[in-house]
Amino acid sequence: MLAKRIIPCLDVKDGKTVKGVNFVNFRDAGDPVEMGKQYSEAGADELVFLDITASYEGRKTFVDVVKRVAANVSIPFTVGGGINELSDVDKLLNAGADKVSINSAALRNPQLITDIAKNFGSQVCVVAIDGKEDAPGDWTCYINGGHKPTDKKLFDWAREAQERGAGEILFTSMSHDGVKQGYPNDALLRLHNELSIPVIASGGAGKMEDFKDAFLIGQADAALAASVFHFGEINIKELKSYLKENGITVR
Amino acid sequence: MVAVIKYNAGNIYSVVHALRREDVEPLVTDDKQLVSKADKVIFPGVGEASTTMDYLRKNGLDTLIKGLRQPVLGICLGMQLMCRHSEEGNVDCLGIFDTPIKRFTPVEREKIPHMGWNQLYDLKSGLMKGVKEDSFVYFVHSFYAPLCKETIAKTDYIEPFSASLNKENFYATQFHPEKSGDVGSIILKNFLDL
Repeated sequence: MLAKRIIPCLDVKDGKTVKGVNFVNFRDAGDPVEMGKQYSEAGADELVFLDITASYEGRKTFVDVVKRVAANVSIPFTVGGGINELSDVDKLLNAGADKVSINSAALRNPQLITDIAKNFGSQVCVVAIDGKEDAPGDWTCYINGGHKPTDKKLFDWAREAQERGAGEILFTSMSHDGVKQGYPNDALLRLHNELSIPVIASGGAGKMEDFKDAFLIGQADAALAASVFHFGEINIKELKSYLKENGITVR
Repeated sequence: MVAVIKYNAGNIYSVVHALRREDVEPLVTDDKQLVSKADKVIFPGVGEASTTMDYLRKNGLDTLIKGLRQPVLGICLGMQLMCRHSEEGNVDCLGIFDTPIKRFTPVEREKIPHMGWNQLYDLKSGLMKGVKEDSFVYFVHSFYAPLCKETIAKTDYIEPFSASLNKENFYATQFHPEKSGDVGSIILKNFLDL
């Protein structure tokens, strides 16, 4: 059986992990490489490193952090932030990243998804979407680290990304991120029903039950969280035992 | 000396790092003489089949790989390119393993790509020595090798298929041992000990 994945997300700024509360107030949470290694040993299934300031300030993703992570962890990891062209993708994959996550660049230039899929395979291409719920069930996509709304709607854009060759959708709810009240399970379920590629739930985990709900109600393939892991509020081993007891396949 | 074949695919450094964790410093090269002389050869890969086959042919790596006599390990796309033909870009491949590579047929509630940790069963051959039945390893792929006489490990997603293949000196895994934590480490060690 394919296992549901638990993914700690490390938002990185200037080589350090930070975690935003609704994307604006940062709290320092440590060295990304050391944290990645510890999560790998603790039973994380995958890691995501997002250069959260890259798209906002137009900086390129930092290849050195990626190289150090690759040397130290034996589980897959995705790198995102500041990827604008194929050469960026090539650099990151060669540095040891397994997948790249594109967000603002894909919304500005959807052809980038097509090009990545054609050149490196769909499985390399994670399309991250930052969405905000304007009215119940009505989600708008944002760019530049959640600073700027677009005219794209979540479900339309997710379908287009899939058609263009995205291998996976990483959906972050800006309405839920950092507030620890659970994942947006209605939107996740709709993504699950409308897409044929895996969906990673992101933004909102506060307790173990939130992960269970994302898998059982939202039908997510993976659940991503940051601060609950970084600050030791949820232990990954205990989380996996809990999910197993609730009939969810985990590694 | 362990050679990792350098070509236009991602994932090469992941394999290098995994080998270093086993205290092996591999040589990453596309030099045909160096590859031929290596004790072990690893053919990694993340990428698209037809683009990559074009590259291999243009650089003469296709005949080189087919002619190797030492233990060879193909990983993911590397394994698929060692098969007869791939539906990804409808391209003829190296033909070491006598099986085609097919695209998963979408069925309701099953996602494509097959991405994440899945279980191995019906394990055979020295490559799988010490690996427990139902161990989890990491997969990420949209195309697969059906079960065939060269299958040495199975997994099940949509239907049972080949997680690993072996024919003479050629070994291959659809999953990524270099990304499969402790289980992957056992499999890499087994290959290095062949």
